[in-house]
Amino acid sequence: MDNREKVVVVRDLYKAFGELEVLKGVDLDLYREENLVVLGRSGTGKSVLIKIMVGLLRQDSGSMEVLGKEISRLGVRQLNEMRLKIGFSFQNSALYDSMTVRENMEFPLVRNIKNLTKKEISLRIEELLDAVGLPQTINQMPSELSGGQKKRIGVARTLVLNPEIMLYDEPTAGLDPITCVDINNLINEVRERYKTSSIVITHDLSCAKQTGDRMAVLLEGQFGALGTFEEVFPHAEDQRIKSFYDYNFINL
Amino acid sequence: MAGQTGTRKHVFSKKIDAFFKDLADAWNFVKRFFQEVFVPPYEFKEVIHQCYRIGVESLPLISLTGFIVGIVFTNQSRPSLSEFGATSWLPSLIAIAIVRAMGPLVTALIAAGKVGSGIGAEIGSMKVTEQIDAMEVSATNPYKFLVVTRVLATTLMIPVLVMYTDFVALMGAFINVNANELVSMSTFFAQVFSSVTFLDIFSSIIKSLFFGFTIGMVGCYKGYTSSKGTEGVGRAANAAVVVSMFLIFIEELLSLQIINLFRIK
Repeated sequence: MDNREKVVVVRDLYKAFGELEVLKGVDLDLYREENLVVLGRSGTGKSVLIKIMVGLLRQDSGSMEVLGKEISRLGVRQLNEMRLKIGFSFQNSALYDSMTVRENMEFPLVRNIKNLTKKEISLRIEELLDAVGLPQTINQMPSELSGGQKKRIGVARTLVLNPEIMLYDEPTAGLDPITCVDINNLINEVRERYKTSSIVITHDLSCAKQTGDRMAVLLEGQFGALGTFEEVFPHAEDQRIKSFYDYNFINL
Repeated sequence: MAGQTGTRKHVFSKKIDAFFKDLADAWNFVKRFFQEVFVPPYEFKEVIHQCYRIGVESLPLISLTGFIVGIVFTNQSRPSLSEFGATSWLPSLIAIAIVRAMGPLVTALIAAGKVGSGIGAEIGSMKVTEQIDAMEVSATNPYKFLVVTRVLATTLMIPVLVMYTDFVALMGAFINVNANELVSMSTFFAQVFSSVTFLDIFSSIIKSLFFGFTIGMVGCYKGYTSSKGTEGVGRAANAAVVVSMFLIFIEELLSLQIINLFRIK
């Protein structure tokens, strides 16, 4: 019996797009201050799972409880309140093209926290840019940043509202191996420093190994394995999980 | 043979379904505007920013186009009037044509090309790069921030641009008339104002409001519903221009019928 506090509880979750069934009865728990990595091949519904978590998509059936509240039953105002407690780092960073880094970070802050002075806003932004190691980019446009820098700024922007839960969608996709390690370290630092619970969506086993306390492997709409990296991968009996491991490590 | 006919019917019925689905989606998109526009929070700062982008940044193109339209229309009308010895009517003819139809139409078509495609491409690109989703997960209503502000800005700025185009086109016409008929500015504009009625100006402003609303709404709708990556963004920008221009001509035709009813009375 695990007595740790659960911040996300998913039970029997189904989601289909037309005739394509993506999630077929998913069960999952995320514990406080845990880094859970969700692995799976492209198109298995990993991103769909976290998009349901923030109300960008709605499940067909089953329950998605976040911080004790069923997401599908929340009204617009309650859902927005919940979203402030969840940071979502997008696959391609999703920085606003027409705004500088400062404006990107100000955007969620000034809209959701009233009565902040300009000085307080600046301090918060500078503190977070320091935390992600990019204080010099404050007045730059997203088009002037590298892929890795965009990811870091994307993470900083989600942290600006002090979320309790962080959702990372493919944080290392399209980055070189060295930058990937930097991003993995950043994910771990965020957990240490801001005491967040995180779900990391990836198909990169190096990222999974470096960041995850537990792994959940999504296979054909359901979790095929759940446990620590050592429990799930090196001696996997399921051929699909084994081939996932082999292609990431052994075939190199 | 029977199988082929069946497949064609199936494809045709799918296209009809898609057309009506698109129509219903567009209706809901427009309905949502009226539901959201009166509800706080109001994005005044963004509306002003968009008014600046749409209004001020369109001025060079509108000025050049309006000026050329004034000169060309005057030049083309002169031979017909001179056949009847009526070149002195040029200022009246040009004023009526510009204020009633050419000013609003030229401005709306230019704006559909410049502003409508810009809105379609900008919002389409935000959609495919998940910036709209990012806005939503940071508890900001993207429809209100992106769509309501842009539609309000086009609806407010197109009538202003139309009045400006009317003025610039009349200046172009004056230069041409002055060079050929040696008419002074005061005589030219006295004739202009004596031939243009309140109904002409009022109807021109009202239809420009509809043109502006159409340009903003179509651009936003096409951008907001774009998909399939960068190809979808291009399609959204293109469709924003084509559909807005088509609707502008339909609105022009309808407004002509309605205004004529008032004129007969």
